[in-house]
Amino acid sequence: MKRFISGWTLIKLYTLFVYIWMFTPIVAVVILAFNPQQFGSFPMEGVSFKWFVKLSHNSTILDAFKNSMVLGSLTAVFSTAIGVPAAMAFIRYDFKGKDFLNTLLIAPIMIPEVVLGVALLLFIRWLQQPKSFALLLIGHVVLTLPYVLLIVQARLVGIKREYEEAAMSLGANPLQTFREVTFPLLAPAIFAGMLFAFTISFDDVTATLFWATAQHQTVPVKIFGMLRNSISPEINALGAVMIVLTVSIPLAAGYLSRRFARGSA
Amino acid sequence: MAQDKNPAFVRFKNIEKRFGKVTAVAQMDLDIPEGALVTLLGPSGCGKTTLLRMLAGLETPTSGDIYIKDKRINDTPVHRRNLGMIFQNYALFPHKTIFDNVAFGLKYRGFSRDEMTTRVEKALETVRLPGVADRMPSQLSGGQQQRIALARAIVIEPDVLLMDEPLSALDENLREDMRREIDNLQQVLGVTTIFVTHDQREALSMSDKVVVMKDGIVQQEGDPEEVYNNSANHFVADFLGHSNFIDARVEAKENGYLTVSLAGGSSVRVNPAGPFAPGDRAEIVIRAQKMTLGFREDLSREPEMNYFTGKIVDRSYMGGEVSYFVELPTGKVLHVINFVKRSPYRRGDEVFIQVDPYHCRLLGD
Repeated sequence: MKRFISGWTLIKLYTLFVYIWMFTPIVAVVILAFNPQQFGSFPMEGVSFKWFVKLSHNSTILDAFKNSMVLGSLTAVFSTAIGVPAAMAFIRYDFKGKDFLNTLLIAPIMIPEVVLGVALLLFIRWLQQPKSFALLLIGHVVLTLPYVLLIVQARLVGIKREYEEAAMSLGANPLQTFREVTFPLLAPAIFAGMLFAFTISFDDVTATLFWATAQHQTVPVKIFGMLRNSISPEINALGAVMIVLTVSIPLAAGYLSRRFARGSA
Repeated sequence: MAQDKNPAFVRFKNIEKRFGKVTAVAQMDLDIPEGALVTLLGPSGCGKTTLLRMLAGLETPTSGDIYIKDKRINDTPVHRRNLGMIFQNYALFPHKTIFDNVAFGLKYRGFSRDEMTTRVEKALETVRLPGVADRMPSQLSGGQQQRIALARAIVIEPDVLLMDEPLSALDENLREDMRREIDNLQQVLGVTTIFVTHDQREALSMSDKVVVMKDGIVQQEGDPEEVYNNSANHFVADFLGHSNFIDARVEAKENGYLTVSLAGGSSVRVNPAGPFAPGDRAEIVIRAQKMTLGFREDLSREPEMNYFTGKIVDRSYMGGEVSYFVELPTGKVLHVINFVKRSPYRRGDEVFIQVDPYHCRLLGD
C-alpha cells in the first residue's frame, strides 16, 4: 500500500502556510517600496528607487528617524545601566521586599501600554510638568527595563557563584571581581538586553503616541500619522528601511556576540 | 618551614552559624595544626562546608572568632585572607586561558609579568600539566581542570588551602589518582590544608587528622586509625565503614575482659574493658570486616574467641570480597565482609562467625 500524504507532509505544508501567512504582508511592503506607481498595487510596472529618494529628502521623516535613533540608544543605555545592577541585587543578594520590588520592575510587561501611557501622562500632569523628551525617555526605560532585567537575571543565575568566590579568594576585591569575572561572563546578556531595549523603543507605537511631543515624533508615530491622511508609497519605502534595520541589527549583534563569547563555556 | 609548628595555626573559637532557625555550626572549638591535612567529614548538612566557608570569608559567623596564625580574621574580607580555595566544580574562569586562570591571584600581589610567567609555569609543572597555558578550560578534562584549579590555588602560596569536596565531580578511577596526587602535593608543599568530604575513604586515606561532624557538632577528632578503631559514639562507628551494633548488658569483669550478655541469652567477651562496670547497658560494635565466616570444620575453636551461629540470608559478590548478611537465631542480622578463600558461601548456608574479643568494642548509651 502506498500512502501519498503522510502526517509529516501535512505538518510541513501547514508550517509553510503559517510562514506565508505571517510574512506575505511584510514581503509585500518591501516589494511595493520599489513600485514606481503612485498607488502601490500589483502588478508592478518596473522597479524604481524614487520613493527612497523622496524619503531621504523628507525632513520630517528624517527628523523622526533621528529622534527614534537617539531615543532608542538612550533607552538602551539607561535600561541596562539600571537593569544590570538591579539584576545583580536580585540574584546575588537577599534583602527585605526583594520579591515585591522585582515584581514591580517586571510589571510593565503585564500592564497594557495604553494604561501605562495614560498613567505616566497623569503623573507628570500631577507634577505640573510639560510633556518633554525626558518624559518620553523615562517612559521607554520603564517599558524596556523588564526585558533587560529578565535577560540579565536569567544569565546571572547560570553564572555560578563559585566563579566570583574563586576570584575573591584569589585576592580580587568585589569591584575587580565584577570587572574580571562577572561582567565578561554576563556581557552577551547585557548586549542582548541593550538590543532588546533599543528594538522595543524603536518600534513602540501605543505608549509613544501618548508621550511624544510635536517636536519629538518617532518614526512609528510618524507613520501612524501619515496613514491617517493617505497611503503614500513613501510609507512602503520607510517600512522597508525599518524592516531591514530591525532585522539586521539583532542578526549582526547575534553574530558578534557569538564571536565574542567563543571559548567560554 | 619553621621547626616549631603551631598546633593551632587555624583556630575556631566558640564559632556558631545559624541560617534563620537552622543551626549549621553549633558553638564549635577546633584547632588545625600547621602543615597538617585535616578533613572535615560528615553527611551533607552536617556543617562542614559552612565551617570551611566561614574560614574562607564567604559566610559570616553568627558568633565566635576565627584565627589564622593567632590573628583574628573575622573582619578581614575574603580577598585579603590569602587562602587558596578549591571548589567541587573546579570554578575555572571559562573566559580566560589556563595561563590567565593560574595567574589571576598573582595579579593582585604585585608580581611583574616575567615573574608571573615563571611562577605559573612552575605551578603547572607541579600539577604535571605543563604546556596547557594557552588552552581554554573547556578544552581540558574534568581531572585536568581540577589540577589547574589546584595550580591556581597554590601559586599564590596561600596560608591555608581549602578544598570543598574537590573529588566528588570526578570519575571513580580518576578520583583515586587525584586523591593521591593531592596527598603528595600537600606533603611536598607542607601547606596547611582543610579538606571537606562526605567520603570516608578519602578522609581516612589522606588525613593527618579527621574531624567527624554531625548536625553542626564535632563528634570526634583524631587521626584516621583512632576514629576508625576507637569511634567515640554510635554515629562515628556507623558512618565510618560497615559496623554491626548489638545491644548488650555488662555481666562481669575479669582480667581486663568484660563478659556481656546479649538478647537471646548468649554472651560475648570484650577485651578493652573501658569505663564499664557490671550492670551497665551498652552497645557492642563489630566491624563487618573483623568477623570471620566459616563452616564448623573451617574454623579452629579457640577458647578466647567469640562465636555466633547463623544462616546466610543475603550476600553480594564484590569481586575480591563478599558481603554476607547472616541472621542469628535471635533474628538479628549481622553484616560480614570476608575475602573469598576458595568459593564463597551461599545463601541458606548455616555458618559460624568468629570474632576476636579485641574487635568487639563497647559504646555507652
